[in-house]
Amino acid sequence: MKAQSSAMIEAGAAIVLRNVNHWFGDGEARKQVLFDIDLAIARGKLTVLVGASGSGKTTLLTLMGCLRRVQDGSIALLGTELRGATEELLVSSRRRLGFIFQAHNLHDSLTAMQNVRMGLEVHGAEAMRDWRDAAAHVLTTLGLGDRLDYLPAKLSGGQKQRVAVARALIGNPDIVFADEPTAALDKDSAALVVGMLKRLGTERGTTTLMVTHDTRIIERADCIVALQDGRIVDGSAVG
Amino acid sequence: MSGLLEAIFERLTGRLPIGWLQLAHNKMRLAAALAGVAFADILILIQLGFLGALIESTKFPYRQMNADILLSSSDMNTLADSNPLPRQRMYEALAVPGVSAATPLYYGRIDWKQADGTIRTLDTFGLDPTQLAFKTPGINAALDLLKLSDVALIDSRTRNVAKSVFTDIDAGKALSFEARGRTLSVAGTFVIGGGMTTDGYLIVSDQTFLKLFPQRVAGAPNHILLRLEPGADRDAVTAELRERIPQYDTVARSLETAMAKDTAFQTTQKPVGVIFGFGVVIGIMVGCIIVYQVLSTDVADHIREYATFKAIGYPQSFFLGIVFEEAFILAVFGFVPAVIITTGLYAIIAAATGLPLDMTVARAIGVLLGTIAMCALSGAVATRRLAKANPADLF
Repeated sequence: MKAQSSAMIEAGAAIVLRNVNHWFGDGEARKQVLFDIDLAIARGKLTVLVGASGSGKTTLLTLMGCLRRVQDGSIALLGTELRGATEELLVSSRRRLGFIFQAHNLHDSLTAMQNVRMGLEVHGAEAMRDWRDAAAHVLTTLGLGDRLDYLPAKLSGGQKQRVAVARALIGNPDIVFADEPTAALDKDSAALVVGMLKRLGTERGTTTLMVTHDTRIIERADCIVALQDGRIVDGSAVG
Repeated sequence: MSGLLEAIFERLTGRLPIGWLQLAHNKMRLAAALAGVAFADILILIQLGFLGALIESTKFPYRQMNADILLSSSDMNTLADSNPLPRQRMYEALAVPGVSAATPLYYGRIDWKQADGTIRTLDTFGLDPTQLAFKTPGINAALDLLKLSDVALIDSRTRNVAKSVFTDIDAGKALSFEARGRTLSVAGTFVIGGGMTTDGYLIVSDQTFLKLFPQRVAGAPNHILLRLEPGADRDAVTAELRERIPQYDTVARSLETAMAKDTAFQTTQKPVGVIFGFGVVIGIMVGCIIVYQVLSTDVADHIREYATFKAIGYPQSFFLGIVFEEAFILAVFGFVPAVIITTGLYAIIAAATGLPLDMTVARAIGVLLGTIAMCALSGAVATRRLAKANPADLF
């Protein structure tokens, strides 16, 4: 069903998109990559974006994540309209989000604790109270309790990715945007991360929007949005 | 040590000191960067040292003069290049209210040939031994000796002359040497010190001077030193002198003004001063380029991490803070070894040349502030690369 666009779910939606179109390039090279996207992302749910390479899912993710400017249509993120938003509003909106990238992008000169701290420090001095306990807790939850003071160079690929997950989650984001977050993780670690995201959805109402091809995650998703050539071809609630 | 510095920088910045952690993480690059900044600082400090030595050595003879106002030829730029002026101006000056005494000063340059055949150039002043033209104790104590023909007093800081030569003179062992066809007997010493253009100074009486320089005449000294009555207004007297004395051949200036004009001419008009000033500019440019290379490379190496921080919600000012933090660290940590090394180099050069090279607090602070500004400027340019940190590209 087109559940995400129904008025009932939209009322409790974390993100609402209306007639979103997007283009890249200028002049003759201008190419449309998203077409009339209407979508509502349910709050507290794990929504998975699927589609072939070039289908527009990454563009859609960056638009909703305030990383690109809305060119046409409307995107309401947690009740805030992003079209025409100032840079300051986009930056402040991003502070309510968590990002997990396919590449961990950890700072090579910072320990695991310090990298995670960077996800908290952006929220100011108040958030930094007891940051050590908070960072140690989230890293321990992700199975890295014995790697707190390790530099990224001393961590395996999966461990680095879990540090990146911890960095995204320590600030208690309202929405987590993740791009293939389990690509570098083994089966158990992937299950741990997805389980954590699902639990945050249940306990705190954290919304997760994820681009993935990992069938292990797709099977556990609450909603699946399928894109093809810049259009939503299926948006369904599962489970 | 690294942990202590991390704690200090965290306290200073009020955040995780990423700049310091980045620099400390790559120790080879940090060492190379600090060596580069230190090199630039040493270059700047050495050039400033030479410039300072030029200025100080120019001021030496002025500071020894027992005068309030100096009359010189109207085309005078330096103490040494003043053409003779009519001695009549001295008598005209004495008629000006407030002027209590006047004495002529003759200037010439002689070569003192050493036993090994090398030459020491001595700036030579001829003075009236009945007047106190200088404040220098060594000169005034020996004025009576100067009344004798062909007697001279020598600067004990004359460059590249054994100390024993001067201690022997002070012990009463007279030194004689040939100069301009006459035999001079050196009867005493005083202290001034050589400069960029002279190895030292020699004092003789006006009569001996005229014998050494037979083309010169008593009626045309190079300068006239004026002393004022106690309480006299120097500026008012100087203005009055300018009214009464023809300005086409004579200029009246306070001793400080004449000294300032001389040093300004030496540093801005003479090639040697311009070269030292240019050396400072080159040092700053070298420093800027080195720091820019280090910081811009550092930004480029961490562009994905910076983009991640942008995605998280850090503002542009956060990234500028990191780059300026790095610039500040490079400036301070590069400056410290530079000052230590340069102080040692000053001592070596001063010993070899007799030039007044000292690491002054003002110069050290000035170069430190300049280094911070230099590094901050380079950092500001390097931050342009931050624009490439687009978080949308991370997906």
